[in-house]
Amino acid sequence: MTLFQCILMGFLIVCAISVSFSKNLLNSVLIYMSYSLVMSIIWVCLQSPDLAITEAAVGAGVTSILFFSTLKKIKAIQIEKDKNGQKEAEKDE
Amino acid sequence: MSKLKPQEEYEKTKAFRFFRWLSGSKDPYVGEVEMQPQKETEVPETTILERMFEHRMVRNKVYDVKNNKKLTFFHKLYVAAAIFFCIALTALLLETVSYLPRTGNAGNPDNNVVSKRYIEHGLQETGALNIVTGMILTYRAFDTFGETNVLFIATCCVMILLMLDEAILKEKEEKDDRRFEPRDDAILQGTAFVLCPFIFIFGIYVILNGQLSPGGGFSGGAILGAGLILYTSAFGFKKTQRFFNELVYKIAKITALCMYGIIGSYFYITGANGIENHIPLGIPGHILSGGIILPIDICVGIEVACTMYAFYALFRRGGL
Repeated sequence: MTLFQCILMGFLIVCAISVSFSKNLLNSVLIYMSYSLVMSIIWVCLQSPDLAITEAAVGAGVTSILFFSTLKKIKAIQIEKDKNGQKEAEKDE
Repeated sequence: MSKLKPQEEYEKTKAFRFFRWLSGSKDPYVGEVEMQPQKETEVPETTILERMFEHRMVRNKVYDVKNNKKLTFFHKLYVAAAIFFCIALTALLLETVSYLPRTGNAGNPDNNVVSKRYIEHGLQETGALNIVTGMILTYRAFDTFGETNVLFIATCCVMILLMLDEAILKEKEEKDDRRFEPRDDAILQGTAFVLCPFIFIFGIYVILNGQLSPGGGFSGGAILGAGLILYTSAFGFKKTQRFFNELVYKIAKITALCMYGIIGSYFYITGANGIENHIPLGIPGHILSGGIILPIDICVGIEVACTMYAFYALFRRGGL
């Protein structure tokens, strides 16, 4: 295993752990997206470009877009805005 | 010969009552059973206040973290048990991994007759330079047909759950959540304007070159679907509906699945009975080669692209 692959593997582990530790759901989805991208580079290094193409298109593209629209449906993205609005209201008072 | 009964006599029979109940023209309970509208239950204000007070008392007692010793003990035990469970699971999995055979060993179970046959005779029998696609779409075409059916059924289920009527859709679009989004975002539209043609061409290239280069039906279809989603999120559903509406979706999807079924069953029947099939294998390396791989690749690609876009559209808007 080359140095490049070792760096990628380390990045993968950091991403996988930080997905579950980040408190903001939007951040988790973004980190998961970067996880998929790194994974697709690793697939290329392991000489399976078929999987790399699919991983980049499905894992990083379509799945995260579905996650985003789900977060919007359950109104998880708007929460931060509401908090800011409340803070501003408090300041005004 | 059966005799036609007069209407009065027929109305007394059980069959008449059954069909009347089936068509729903008469409710059997109306007029027979005494029914009264439900009375509204009124709760006096004092009991509500009492209940609220009790509720608050209970909550204060239970969630009083500083003084409730049982609760603190439970929290500590919970954390300890969670950590212990994680470590035990990791140890168990690592222990299992140590029993697996070493990679590249000659006696491994994956070094059997099947893989040898695929590698040595794959090019002659399928005519595909890309062994993976040749394997998936000829030796294992039946598996892939099942997977394509799974995609079809998955979209059908999502449609049953999330599809809305046209009237509700129009009404909903007026007070939609998209109204608060930037509608014509210049950055997104500019990026999509540059990228979309390249994404579509790359997707079609991957599908058509499935037997020659890495990729194939599923990868190319996923790229096409992602491109469609990018186009839709940049320019809106109305512009996409000019070339991809519900009718086009239905026709494309069902035709692709049926074509796969027909080509596949011809291939299975001739192969299973030892009959010579009339699909030419072509010269390996040319784009029109590989026998049934190219048409099946196109079918799978259309199926996957439709599935990806349909998921997005149904989740986002409730209609195609």
